[in-house]
Amino acid sequence: METTENLKRTPLYEAHVALGAKMVPFAGWEMPIEYTGLVDEHTAVREQAGLFDVSHMGEVDVKGPEALKFVDYLVSNDVTALVDNQVLYTHMCYEDGGTVDDLLVYRFNQEHFYLVINASNIDKDYAWMLKVAEPFNAQVVNVSDAVAEVAIQGPVAEKILQKLTETDLSEIAFFYCKRDVLVDGIPCLVSRTGYTGEDGFEVYAAPEHITQVWNRILEVGKEEGIKPAALGCRDTLRFEVALPLYGNELGPDISPLEAGLGMFVKLEAGDFVGKAALVNQKENGLSKKIVGFEMTENGIPRHGYEVLVGGEIVGHVTTGYFSPSTGKTVGLALIKNGLTEMGSEIEIQIRKKTKKAIVVAKRFYKKSYKK
Amino acid sequence: MKVLKDLLYTKDHEWVKVEGNKAYIGITDYAQHALGNIVFVELPEADETFGEGDEFAVIESVKAASDAYMPITCKILAVNEALDDEPSLLNEDAFENWLVKVEISDESELDSLMTPEAYEAFCNEEA
Repeated sequence: METTENLKRTPLYEAHVALGAKMVPFAGWEMPIEYTGLVDEHTAVREQAGLFDVSHMGEVDVKGPEALKFVDYLVSNDVTALVDNQVLYTHMCYEDGGTVDDLLVYRFNQEHFYLVINASNIDKDYAWMLKVAEPFNAQVVNVSDAVAEVAIQGPVAEKILQKLTETDLSEIAFFYCKRDVLVDGIPCLVSRTGYTGEDGFEVYAAPEHITQVWNRILEVGKEEGIKPAALGCRDTLRFEVALPLYGNELGPDISPLEAGLGMFVKLEAGDFVGKAALVNQKENGLSKKIVGFEMTENGIPRHGYEVLVGGEIVGHVTTGYFSPSTGKTVGLALIKNGLTEMGSEIEIQIRKKTKKAIVVAKRFYKKSYKK
Repeated sequence: MKVLKDLLYTKDHEWVKVEGNKAYIGITDYAQHALGNIVFVELPEADETFGEGDEFAVIESVKAASDAYMPITCKILAVNEALDDEPSLLNEDAFENWLVKVEISDESELDSLMTPEAYEAFCNEEA
């Protein structure tokens, strides 16, 4: 267990405390886990809107004549297909196909990219990027400490954020961004992206201005029912729509293909780190795979619990919850391939007892993106 | 936060309602509030015996699983089966909805439990 000593605080720390948040250690940061309650905040995001502090996320700036060439080689998705101000979800892989991290790639122009990475991986990712960048004419700079970020998510997110800006937000399409958008007069990078399965925006600003952005969004969104939303519901929201969490569904020993994210891996496009290993996985079949499951007996599956078939351990639960939006107890598990057919019966070891479950489709709840 | 006057309490936020050599045991209002939305309760079986401090039940919120610890040495007489179907009853009223009914093995152990006044002070310190 981490202690609160040596934990970093985001510029919104005081705002969280003022809102009565319960603060916990997370990835080296002291972050809010809930304000009014996990389910309350979860429901607000699904039905109205929620505002998240995601300032702990890492940002890396890539500039130079070979910026495009470098980023395309760094990640497994096809960066050459992007136009200016388009955003891409992708993975950095090791040579063996394991995942360094999952990330967003923002293309500002072909000589300037912006990479957004997981808080817990910033140091590791940055070292990896510098190493991969060596042969390229591109400058890679970790700007994480100079950037704060909030995410406004939910069906009325656009309506609320629009009150604070002259920029027509309807012109920012799904997975596109716009720079220097004035939000309550503060210059922000705004993208129609998120981690909840709902429509919404991620808003990046300088740390000294983020509290103003945060407070004003909560203020003007009050009549639409916006609530501050914390890490607790961030995890249940992303889980219900099967968005992976690094450390759970992705890791050094879980490739994007094994995580079921093959649509983000472009093996037919240019070369990238780990391509040979992923081609091999695809041609020779995967040894393990992430599946969805639903409990058919009482019990809550949690991260790390063993999965059994016929008394034999065949894998482990990567994430599991009583899902607030569906009322079902469901999970994601990494199990041996060949046992992954829909409707297959598996068992979850919950403390001293095994409880029955069946393999089901991973998307427990339908995404509501505005496309 | 609600603290009932006729109960005894533990530092792990369980309550004990003594009736002769039997007792009802549950979790406190402070505990249910700290846990948040309770979605599953795993209870022991009748006739199981527990020592003071043993884990005897698991209370699960959306976020996490938490153990409940036995305040006294005892034998389980009955468990509250209503919680199987409606674990959220604990959020509605943690004192009304007991977890287990037990036979007390050693009544002298009750002396080490907290009075309502001591427990209330303890919670205020924790908060």
